[in-house]
Amino acid sequence: MSVIELKNIVKRYGDGYPAINDVSLDIAEGEFVILVGPSGSGKSTLLRMIVGLEDITDGELRIDKELINDAAPRERNLAMVFQNYALYPHLSVAENIAFPLMLTKGQYSKAEIDERVNRAATLLELGDHLDRKPANLSGGQRQRVAMGRAIVRDANAFLFDEPLSNLDAKLRIQMRTEISRMQRNLAVTTVYVTHDQTEAMTLGDKVAVLKKGVLQQYASPQELYDEPVNLFVGGFIGSPPMNFLPVENVDGALHSPFGTFSLPEARSAKLREAPRYLVAGIRPEDFHDAAALDEAKRASGALLTAEVDVTEWLGNEVYAYLPFEAAPEIRKALEELDRDLDGEGTRTQVVAALDPSTAVAEGDEVQLWFDPAKVMVFDPETGENLTRDPENAQRLAEASEAARRRALDRAREQQQRA
Amino acid sequence: MSGRRHTIWWIVISLVVAVYALFPVLWIVSLSLKSAGDVANRKFWPTTVDWSNYELIFTGAAKDLFLPALVNSIGICLIATLIAVVLATLTAYAVARLDFPGKKFILTMALAVSIFPVISLVTPLFRIWSAIGLYDTWVGLIIPYLSLTLPISIWTLAAFFRQIPWELEQAAQVDGATSFQAFRKVIVPLAAPGVFTTAIIAFFIAWNDFVYGISLTSTSAARPVPAALSFFTGASQFEEPAGAISAAAIVVTVPIIIIVLLFQRQIVSGLTSGAVKG
Repeated sequence: MSVIELKNIVKRYGDGYPAINDVSLDIAEGEFVILVGPSGSGKSTLLRMIVGLEDITDGELRIDKELINDAAPRERNLAMVFQNYALYPHLSVAENIAFPLMLTKGQYSKAEIDERVNRAATLLELGDHLDRKPANLSGGQRQRVAMGRAIVRDANAFLFDEPLSNLDAKLRIQMRTEISRMQRNLAVTTVYVTHDQTEAMTLGDKVAVLKKGVLQQYASPQELYDEPVNLFVGGFIGSPPMNFLPVENVDGALHSPFGTFSLPEARSAKLREAPRYLVAGIRPEDFHDAAALDEAKRASGALLTAEVDVTEWLGNEVYAYLPFEAAPEIRKALEELDRDLDGEGTRTQVVAALDPSTAVAEGDEVQLWFDPAKVMVFDPETGENLTRDPENAQRLAEASEAARRRALDRAREQQQRA
Repeated sequence: MSGRRHTIWWIVISLVVAVYALFPVLWIVSLSLKSAGDVANRKFWPTTVDWSNYELIFTGAAKDLFLPALVNSIGICLIATLIAVVLATLTAYAVARLDFPGKKFILTMALAVSIFPVISLVTPLFRIWSAIGLYDTWVGLIIPYLSLTLPISIWTLAAFFRQIPWELEQAAQVDGATSFQAFRKVIVPLAAPGVFTTAIIAFFIAWNDFVYGISLTSTSAARPVPAALSFFTGASQFEEPAGAISAAAIVVTVPIIIIVLLFQRQIVSGLTSGAVKG
């Protein structure tokens, strides 16, 4: 269990282009940190720099205060689970798991190694497969062997490089819970790379969102969701993603393609000096079918009117898609954002996640209600979130840290009892 | 229907190829079993199976020519193969794994050396070897054999190393291995089938050489079997040595067949499956 500090880390390849540009992260003891971002964001590179498989061009990497920029991977005592598992095909499951212990010349006796391998295998339910070769295992089993190899030794930290990306959807959810449980019980500092925002949100104590090698925001999942610093983080976190509506800012009133609304006084402070054309972010789940609401509730919020293009019924929700034409002043910013988020087309539609009881059908004109207090407004040039509430963000950060400490203390207590 | 016809065609074609390739071998076997009088009788099968040719090369008059040559061939070829495989393993590993200036140059030069006609090198080599005392020695043959076997060994092994996932080595390093431990405990066991295959190919090349063997030796101190065969005479000067030569040819082919049968299983690759998600 270690503290990992990254200070102004830079990675430059031969062409001088920084794959990682000035990233600083503090990873506390026992913390589960996620590095997330679309392809090309540098998240895997950053992880490989921590483990020592990539050189650090500039900056400082410290584990427990000790500068380890130039240490070989084996001197860092970090355990890593590779995306493709990287199991040794000529060794059995037991030998694969024991491999790191066998390399520590004499530190462990034969009996100790057997005991540790058995303990790891039991934890990962691999007990029946110890004599098999990796070629004869299923994808999920291979994945667990790779994890076994990581947990069998007393590593300073666990590093995961998209460990679930090769599994099918059902197994992925299962293994996700498994990793979460394992990390909490072992209370080992963990850095986990993924491009999947759901994995990031569900697993992490803290999430570092990266874009083109630059750290955008490093915060708890809830803070990322409620108080994103910019357009990119807002668009990346959440599923289905946040809707971005082009709005024209006229004396505090926001004119969108679907209607006009204004933000509550407390959130609109920055809007007065803001440019004329802005981007309003509304999460799909903040929309409600106005027809299902009573008069008082309708009056308490804002309404948008639009025609429904496509609906998708998922059982617990209905997604309604509402296309719109973006004003040319905004279109460029929206298209660029979409490219940054690995999108295919341009985002000129709104998705509303409605209650399944709604009568909305394809082709209908629909009135959508939302609470303007939940709307975020972004500057299309800089991407800055103009409605971010730093005090609320602070509160969320403190609450998340307190919850993490409680969980950590519980895990330590249990370890001592065991 | 068409599937079955397809299969039949394949069987027919395979048979034609097999007969075409094996007919001369069968002929040599037949010839080696003929008695001196039968050799020129224009019949395919010997009239009686006669082992005198084998007796001739192992215990008879040709013994002093053949047996030392057999020892020379085995010794020289094994040593050349061993050196070639060890050097080629290290070279191929570097070529497959590392980025260094001149990598392409090494591969191109290796290829150039291997396609350089042997016959044009023999005369200068003969002069040099005579001058520095390597003429008619084992070393004098091992060195040119290395020039034949190294290039192909490097190319084969480099192709083989490229198939081994890079991540395995990185995983080993993260697990606490030094670079050399990662090589020895992970790469070498995985590369073993490739190394075996390469060793066999290298051994064949050296074993089959005739031009260097005949040109760079003069006595049984270093003369290999293919060269020695050309010095065979019949039991008397009026006899054709064809029977004895055939017997010797069979004798030197047998070890090759045994080697292939023994290492058949190791040659089969596919050992790397299961390392990474394919």
